[in-house]
Amino acid sequence: MIAIIDSGIANLRSVQKGLERVGADAKIVEDSSTLRDASGIVLPGVGAFRDGITKLRDGGFVEPLLHAIDAGKPVLGICLGLHFLFSESEEFGHHKGLNVIKGRVVRFPEAVLSPSGGSSAARLKIPHMGWNQIRIERPAPIFKGIPDGGFFYFVHSYYVQPEDEGVIAATTEYGLRFTSVLWRDNLFACQFHPEKSQGLGLQLLKNFASLT
Amino acid sequence: MLAKRIIPCLDVKDGRVVKGTRFVNLRDAGDPAEVAALYDQQGADELVFLDITASFERREILLGAVRRTAEMAFTPLTVGGGVRTVEDIRALLLAGADKVSLNTSAVERPELITEAAMRFGSQCIVLAIDAKRVSDSFEFQVSSPELGDGGGVDLSKNPEPGTRNSELRWEVYTYGGRTPAGLDAVQWAKRGEVLGAGEILLTSMDKDGTKDGYDLALTRTVTDAVGIPVIASGGAGTLDHLYEAFVLGGADAALAASIFHFREWTVQDAKAFLRRRSVPVRE
Repeated sequence: MIAIIDSGIANLRSVQKGLERVGADAKIVEDSSTLRDASGIVLPGVGAFRDGITKLRDGGFVEPLLHAIDAGKPVLGICLGLHFLFSESEEFGHHKGLNVIKGRVVRFPEAVLSPSGGSSAARLKIPHMGWNQIRIERPAPIFKGIPDGGFFYFVHSYYVQPEDEGVIAATTEYGLRFTSVLWRDNLFACQFHPEKSQGLGLQLLKNFASLT
Repeated sequence: MLAKRIIPCLDVKDGRVVKGTRFVNLRDAGDPAEVAALYDQQGADELVFLDITASFERREILLGAVRRTAEMAFTPLTVGGGVRTVEDIRALLLAGADKVSLNTSAVERPELITEAAMRFGSQCIVLAIDAKRVSDSFEFQVSSPELGDGGGVDLSKNPEPGTRNSELRWEVYTYGGRTPAGLDAVQWAKRGEVLGAGEILLTSMDKDGTKDGYDLALTRTVTDAVGIPVIASGGAGTLDHLYEAFVLGGADAALAASIFHFREWTVQDAKAFLRRRSVPVRE
């Protein structure tokens, strides 16, 4: 059974539906003790960092989740679930994360240097919303059957900056190049929403489910 | 590279997909969940579901249709129409919507945008604007040769001959296009961004259902004015119109209903056409 952590505000049904579609047994769990029995854990997240991390702490999910990661249980973070893993986020002030991955969560700049060159700055639309491509930096097991340059659905205003670049599995270009998939041992996390990314997203969920 | 999005729109009345011209003369175009599944298979980048049911039972009908539609689609779903409170938004998100669009209720109580964005995040709050050209300014710009070549306005950004963005105005309408709200559409879009909207769904009432192209001047003026994504809506009748919305209008996404509902083109046809013209679209 794959446990989907109920962080209170997210639309979790879509994640569950995606896993079910690829043949996995997935349950949305409100009781943190069920994480022990799970063969894999999905840490989803939509909304604001502070509310999400508070709900994780109040729900008693933090200790069992950290224990599961240390024990090598497959864990998949999605969007805000990727952000939670980091040391701190600057979203609406400074907030401490789970510190599983050293680094920070920062906001996209309002403007970037124009791609056509010169000194003029191009305005960057925030949130980064829509379908964008990933560049595979390391062949992680969750990329089986997924082409370099494949499109996934993103919606976010903040992105992660890991201190150790060795954890980066894929990157994406939006004004700058940011980490779109992170991989360390059995810990995976993606900035995009696989459950909203049609065929390629389902393939990624299937790959994750096959590890559990 | 971030792809331009093609978004089929499902106008839903009493639980059925309908399509009319300028908000009237509605024709049946199928069951929402079935239509959603078809578009999902065709590679639609998102789906928009606008409820135009007027009856008192609308809320339950809508939630049921959203639930069924969300089960069929693995792509983002935006739902709007008659959304009035933060609780309405929560109910739709729980039923399977990824984003909720606000229109009349946001005009009447702009704080709703902020309350909703604080609670659920800007990424799921779409400000829907129904805009209509204000005719006197339209006439005014035709008879103003003293301004010379564009009057300082970049005409390359203004694809319609004889019009100048600086003199065009659009008014916001509410209640499904029935009531003028006394707001300038461009100013309202800018204010919506400040209040916390994550995206603008911009519908030209003059063009909606006519199939003679998007209001490109409106689209361009709003995309230039805000720093959030803009979905162009109203008027798509050919694949060229989609191209124009992206390249001339600067839209991030193009919404279309009739051209897909009546099987004139599939979403794949639209993408193949755009790709040949170097518009970045998802495979």
